[in-house]
Amino acid sequence: MTTANVVKLGHGRKGLSGTVVAVGAAAGSPGSSDIQFDVELERRLLEIGLVEGAHVEILHEGFIGRDPIAIRVDSMRVALRRREADAVLVQIDGGAGMRRQGGRDVA
Amino acid sequence: MLHELPVRAFRVALVGNPNCGKTALFNALTGSRQKVANYPGVTVERKEGSFVTPAGRHIMAIDLPGTYSLRARSPDEAVARDVILGKAKSVERPDLMVCVADATNLRLMLRLVLELSGVGIPMILALNMSDIAEHRGIRIDVAGLARELGIPVVNAVAVTHDGTSALLGAIDGMLDTIGPAQASHWSEQSADEVRDAHHAADSMVARFVSSSAGATDWTSRIDALLLHPAAGIAILLAVLFLVFQAVFSWASLPMDLISGSFDALAAAVRSVLPDGMLSSLIADGIITGVGSVLVFLPQIMILFFFIILLEDFGYMARAAFLMDRIVGGVGLHGRSFIPLLSSFACAIPGIMATRVIENRRQRLATIMVAPLMTCSARIPVYTLIIAAFVPQQKMAGFVDLQGLVMFSLYAAGIVSAFVVAFVFRRWVWRGKSEPFIMELPGYKRPMLRSVLMGVLQRAFIFLRRAGTIILSMMIVIWFLSTFPGAPEGASDPAINYSLAGMLGHALQPLLAPIGFNWQIAVALIPGFAAREVAVGALATVYAIGGDADSLGAVIAAQWPLATALSLLAWYVFAPQCVSTLGVVKRETNSWRWPVLMFAYMLALAYAASFIVYQLARYLGG
Ligand SMILES: Nc1nc2c(ncn2[C@@H]2O[C@H](COP(=O)(O)OP(=O)(O)O)[C@@H](O)[C@H]2O)c(=O)[nH]1
Repeated sequence: MTTANVVKLGHGRKGLSGTVVAVGAAAGSPGSSDIQFDVELERRLLEIGLVEGAHVEILHEGFIGRDPIAIRVDSMRVALRRREADAVLVQIDGGAGMRRQGGRDVA
Repeated sequence: MLHELPVRAFRVALVGNPNCGKTALFNALTGSRQKVANYPGVTVERKEGSFVTPAGRHIMAIDLPGTYSLRARSPDEAVARDVILGKAKSVERPDLMVCVADATNLRLMLRLVLELSGVGIPMILALNMSDIAEHRGIRIDVAGLARELGIPVVNAVAVTHDGTSALLGAIDGMLDTIGPAQASHWSEQSADEVRDAHHAADSMVARFVSSSAGATDWTSRIDALLLHPAAGIAILLAVLFLVFQAVFSWASLPMDLISGSFDALAAAVRSVLPDGMLSSLIADGIITGVGSVLVFLPQIMILFFFIILLEDFGYMARAAFLMDRIVGGVGLHGRSFIPLLSSFACAIPGIMATRVIENRRQRLATIMVAPLMTCSARIPVYTLIIAAFVPQQKMAGFVDLQGLVMFSLYAAGIVSAFVVAFVFRRWVWRGKSEPFIMELPGYKRPMLRSVLMGVLQRAFIFLRRAGTIILSMMIVIWFLSTFPGAPEGASDPAINYSLAGMLGHALQPLLAPIGFNWQIAVALIPGFAAREVAVGALATVYAIGGDADSLGAVIAAQWPLATALSLLAWYVFAPQCVSTLGVVKRETNSWRWPVLMFAYMLALAYAASFIVYQLARYLGG
């Protein structure tokens, strides 16, 4: 996987826009030690349309700690918490120039 | 109809994602010929209705709960799955499924249609909201999609007069040739199968849906305001404020009418029937008891009017988004917000509204704290005591002291609900949280007709509760406050000699440390019927008429301030409502939760009253 411009969705800021490249286990551990939660999370993300290839954009951020976030997934809008959004890896649109908006890179 | 066809009602189930307009379509098909009940054993609403197709077929329609997949997470989704797979107790497997899709967002439903094609029931795909799709310049190749999926596909508009005619035609066409349902070969999809189905759905969207951009995106514009970190919160608070204003000001007239007519009815019964047990049971037990709960009907209807209006508009999901961090911080779900809001009118509709929460633990936690919200049955008690004990004066020139006390009682309820929820999530159900992932539907103009229909259904459910659980609880309370009757020549009010009176006297030593005299102890027993009944019971114990002002004068003269404050604290927490406990039993299908609720609320009430009383006495109250 190219690491340039690939970020965890949960680390993105308002305005980030890109294409989903990995969801769930393939995106690396979302950071919880609860396997059941991770499996459930992957399914839920997939069922609501966050699949590889989907186009996403962060539309809004919550007012406390910028959490949760509202995103556009192709033609629909979805709200989720950053912790959960971390299970989604996004390839940022438009090359390196957009990085500034896109938040931290994944190490 | 020219000739009667044999009446074998075909069963048609509506299936679809949440927010696809399924309820509106169901209403359009069945009109008012519908009934709402519960699936046995679970608390999911079961909506059925009937209609006749243009060809004269009798159809029994079932509206299944919205779902993204057949894999069941919530009780709602389990019901949808069981009915479709023919596993539901008491519900026959449908002959035909109408898959309802939001035409402006086809992809997810196409995925579900692919999943559903394995269950062996013939299907029709209805592209609902096609008016909105057209308006936005979205064009769907209906014939191509039908060929690809191998099922009939029709456009539908749930909210116009003839928006369902194509669907009705397709149902008739399908039922002409229908064979018996086949065995299901559905099994839960793995994550990779979900991915594959998505890609298949994507490719269909790419081939059959085209959209010309350009139409104004109202949803984005409205969201820019309503989800704005500062303005969004301000608007949410303003909306809540207006809703509560309406709930309390609009409801007061019908509430007066209801309590007035129940009083008149009770008086009429007393005058017609000879004095005795029967007259007392009907007038004091049944009529007054049920009336004391039914007075909340106007508030509940107004509250649900706004909740359904905001839900149909698309705002409730936004409210859940804005509140998620706050209620999520104590382990509840953004969606817990709506039930908790309803609980300010009455905990019963609030507890019923927790059905929208998918996760069982979050749902239980929400149920457990819902009665801590200050319901309107507490208001008569609060106003009685505040009017009698808190001087009507302004603090710092503009803050009304009585209002301030009232406000702090509300605040105490909210804060304690958060603390209790936190404790539950932290120590009772450790760890285990649930993803918060929720669709934010596009904004739509609400249709008054469907909003009113929703309100009437809520009202009806509440009335049925009042007719069953609440009525039986009232009879028990009446029995306790009536038997045994007063002896010959007794000078005290009859309630003193009853079981409730004995219980009150027996409990009084326990209540002495929190400053309750025996009159309060006795009045609290019938007060379990509904919180505000305690006011009437106090008047009975002090043997004065129902006039609240004279009761206020009596208690102001007889109670120390510490006792009054202690009783206020008691009412913030005490589980003084058997109807709520009964509904919790029903909704959770177990005695465990109502018992736990009763115990923790009682413990909190006692502790709070103890602290308040002792502190007030120490400070010289
Ligand atoms: N314009 C338009 N609005 C619709 C249509 N169907 C449903 N709606 C609206 O969409 C909103 C949500 O519909 P509802 O039936 O509650 O969705 P459900 O969650 O699938 O049951 C309501 O405000 C409806 O009035 C339609 O075909 N056209």
